[in-house]
Amino acid sequence: MLLRHTPTEITERTALTINPAKTCQPIGAMYAALGIHGCLPHSHGSQGCCAYHRSALTRHYKEPVSASTSSFTEGASVFGGQANMLQAINNIFTVYNPEVIAIHTTCLSETIGDDLPQIKKKAAAEGKVPEGRYLISASTPSYAGSHVTGFSNMVKAMAGMAEPTGKKNGKVNIIPGWVEPSDMEEIKRITGMIGVKTILFPDTSGVLNGPLSGEYKMFPEGGTTVAELQSTGDSKGTLALGEWCSADAARELDKKHKVPCSILDMPFGLMATDRFIDALRTIAGVSIPDEIVNERGQLVDMISDMHQYLYGKKVALVGDPDQLIAMTEFLVSMDMKPIHIVTGTPGKKFEKRIKELTKDMGCKVNVKAQGDMFLLHQWIKNEPVDLIIGNTYCKYIARDEDIPYVRWGFPILDRQGHQYFPTVGYKGGLRLLEKILGVLLDRKDRDDSESKFELVL
Amino acid sequence: MATATKKKLVQWGPAEVKAALLEKYPPKVGRKRAKQIMINEALQNDTPELTANVRTIPGIITMRGCTYAGCKGVIMGPTRDIVNLVHGPIGCSFYAWLTRRNQTDPGPDGENYMNYCFSTDMQEQDIIFGGEKKLAQAIQEAYDLFHPKSIAVFATCPVGLIGDDIHTVSKNMKEKFGDCNVYAFSCEGYKGVSQSAGHHIANNQVFRHLVGQNDEVKPGKYKINLLGEYNIGGDGFEIDRIFKKCGITCISTFSGNSTYDQFASSHTADLNAVMCHRSINYVADMMETKYGIPWVKVNFIGAKATAKSLRKIAEYFGEKELIDTVEKVIAEEMPEVEAALAEITPRTENKTVMMFVGGSRAHHYKELFDELKMKTISAGYEFGHEDDYEGRQVLPNIKLDADSRNIEELEVEADETRFKPRKSDKEMKALDKAGYKFKQYDGLAADMDKGTLIIDDLNQYEAEKLVELMKPDLFCAGIKEKYSIQKLGVPMKQLHSYDSGGPYAGFQGAINFYKEIDRLVNSKVWGFMKAPWQKNPQLSGSFNWE
Repeated sequence: MLLRHTPTEITERTALTINPAKTCQPIGAMYAALGIHGCLPHSHGSQGCCAYHRSALTRHYKEPVSASTSSFTEGASVFGGQANMLQAINNIFTVYNPEVIAIHTTCLSETIGDDLPQIKKKAAAEGKVPEGRYLISASTPSYAGSHVTGFSNMVKAMAGMAEPTGKKNGKVNIIPGWVEPSDMEEIKRITGMIGVKTILFPDTSGVLNGPLSGEYKMFPEGGTTVAELQSTGDSKGTLALGEWCSADAARELDKKHKVPCSILDMPFGLMATDRFIDALRTIAGVSIPDEIVNERGQLVDMISDMHQYLYGKKVALVGDPDQLIAMTEFLVSMDMKPIHIVTGTPGKKFEKRIKELTKDMGCKVNVKAQGDMFLLHQWIKNEPVDLIIGNTYCKYIARDEDIPYVRWGFPILDRQGHQYFPTVGYKGGLRLLEKILGVLLDRKDRDDSESKFELVL
Repeated sequence: MATATKKKLVQWGPAEVKAALLEKYPPKVGRKRAKQIMINEALQNDTPELTANVRTIPGIITMRGCTYAGCKGVIMGPTRDIVNLVHGPIGCSFYAWLTRRNQTDPGPDGENYMNYCFSTDMQEQDIIFGGEKKLAQAIQEAYDLFHPKSIAVFATCPVGLIGDDIHTVSKNMKEKFGDCNVYAFSCEGYKGVSQSAGHHIANNQVFRHLVGQNDEVKPGKYKINLLGEYNIGGDGFEIDRIFKKCGITCISTFSGNSTYDQFASSHTADLNAVMCHRSINYVADMMETKYGIPWVKVNFIGAKATAKSLRKIAEYFGEKELIDTVEKVIAEEMPEVEAALAEITPRTENKTVMMFVGGSRAHHYKELFDELKMKTISAGYEFGHEDDYEGRQVLPNIKLDADSRNIEELEVEADETRFKPRKSDKEMKALDKAGYKFKQYDGLAADMDKGTLIIDDLNQYEAEKLVELMKPDLFCAGIKEKYSIQKLGVPMKQLHSYDSGGPYAGFQGAINFYKEIDRLVNSKVWGFMKAPWQKNPQLSGSFNWE
């Protein structure tokens, strides 16, 4: 047993987190910043933060992740990190010459109270920022929120680059939230099919799913360009996908530049995708092409074809709020039973929303925001499930408890495909379903007796 | 391939390469980096030529991590029956959760917390009002849930800044429990200049709180400790297998597949064998002073190096029984190694490799590449010190900067009751006369060819430039560097945690490594990077089939 010390009996913990279902803000800020074309994320703190975030993202994407750090030492921690930051800005523009440096803070620089807006002003005043180059920044203290909050904060800083010209650009801003590069690509495919002109930000497609060609580009082709970000203030509206990941940036554009916004769920599964497509249709005033209707029909078809294997199956979920909300709705819509649901990210709203989505399931549902995977495991021990969906760390629970398991979320450190194959939209729904059915039916084939073993399922 | 490499080296002499690495930097950065890039002359001077263990330049994309990573991640991470509790915001504990590929065998007692991640998950109010109460409560909860024999507490950056007294909290909890040793590590990430400071901080506390806690004499002959072996990919298991076969008793490993009791009993061993000089030489020195255990440098990376190290251990004990068994084991193990080499070296001979890893690893792995007849054309450490490059004779002449001076040096004296010289003066003299060297390490430079480039704290820009100019057949560094190098079409092997696979230590490990390197440098995939139409873009013939 890998997690042999986890007791079935649940005791209250008020101070000890075990096997977290979240990580800290800065990594989210780093991931978001990689979705700006020509951007170098910069971590304002000691160099370990940057090293850890780069390693975690690299292991998840199997792609280069460039980011720099202020490399605080004890001196900087006592006297403030301004000198390190100014030196870093100069070195970065001289050696790497990015279009944008996207700076995020850490618990270290937040605790000592470094003021990034002031440091940025000083850098500009001292001529350290070349013409046509930009500094953006987000405050991302690791001791508040989670990696999701950090992502949201950096996306909000991106929205801060908007420079309205007063002339509308006829586009719709889409903020996809913390999804995979493949998902961002899929959202662009869908909007392209519908014929909506969009600005998608951030956009890590073409950045974190690049080809092997014998060339290394520190700043790959992908990413939302500075010009696009500046133009977001001229868009006719913003669709923010995910309250936790994307709403703040959308509201910022609304508040500052009167760009109206709708906050939608992330388009995972049938119903959330329906709402996303419908919102696109209404905003753009177009009709939905047959190809999309067909894709939807294919997803409905697969659900109906395989419903017997899905019906009533109990599921344990761990991940981030926006993803879990959409996934819970998807599972419930297929008559499955998500009964244990944990996110490490704080937010009472999350628990409320999950309870609402599962209220007609007719069974008790354990849900916790700011929970951990130790608790999830204990819930599973108390009431076993047929399926676990979550990041790679779930494999320890899945193996100990012998439960079929689908990898979905962040980080995935031991399987590939998430960067190339989307799970958003109807096509993505088909892929999710393929994965879920794959593990459930593999288990059935493994467990069925020889006399019950069947060729056709 | 061999000729092509040769041609490139002629085109770019080391001085030209060095100049090219520096040309883009702002002048101040260039001057600093110039001191960390050495064209090797292997002089073995008493004064260090190369500057190392100095601050990383802000904004220059470094390979280095932090002190916390060195302390919690590297040294304490592989110990299975200690609850490692990280006091801080969630990230630090999350990132160090199972990511280093330390393997462990939970043994008959089954205690193993390595698959768990413990954190106080500090929130804003803890930063404002202090986190000591939360820490005490978290220690209590860990104790109530698991009743471990020991709980170790690790500080992250904000802990030092807000002044939480983690040592007093730990001491109070230890006294309260009575049957659980609780202690803390002030390993805030901003201390020192790299992971190396974390190794030192970890070792100080291990020495202070763990070593010598159990005087019970363990059974077995030829008792040693293996210091600085972290059981990445099962390296330690292979070394243990060999020790067992030789009849050598390994009292403790610092710290691969280790237990609390191994540390506690380590002072009962009769020899310290030091693998990773950088991370652990402190412990060896302190144990010698306090308990009288001499230390020797060993290296179990490389089949020949393994044989040499075994002979070194046998010679120290000087008993025929052990010397004969060691020779017998080497004779048994080597034929398989030699057969693998005979098969593989024709495909690896004269290929070139660059290695930028660790504080000792770049040196250790050079042995394996030598066995494969590959040429190490440039190497360096991520967090090595001057002595790791140029040998321990430079130690008295290393100028400590403020960052290193801030790291505690323990004052150690001989233990009143437990200090015991392991060898008589006469025996020591005889060993010395026979050329036996204690406490000796000549460093990486001594083993590198003249004219090769030795580069400390190599960064992303320089790595790319080196690959572009010198076109090695293989590059070795860590996960962060892996894919930018591979995008250039050069295979990259992680030598921190090996990507996958291992063990690479000992005899079986060497064979694994030969196969892995053969796979990497001869993989077909590197030939697929261009499509046929890219290789031959000129249009000829017609567009149709007619």
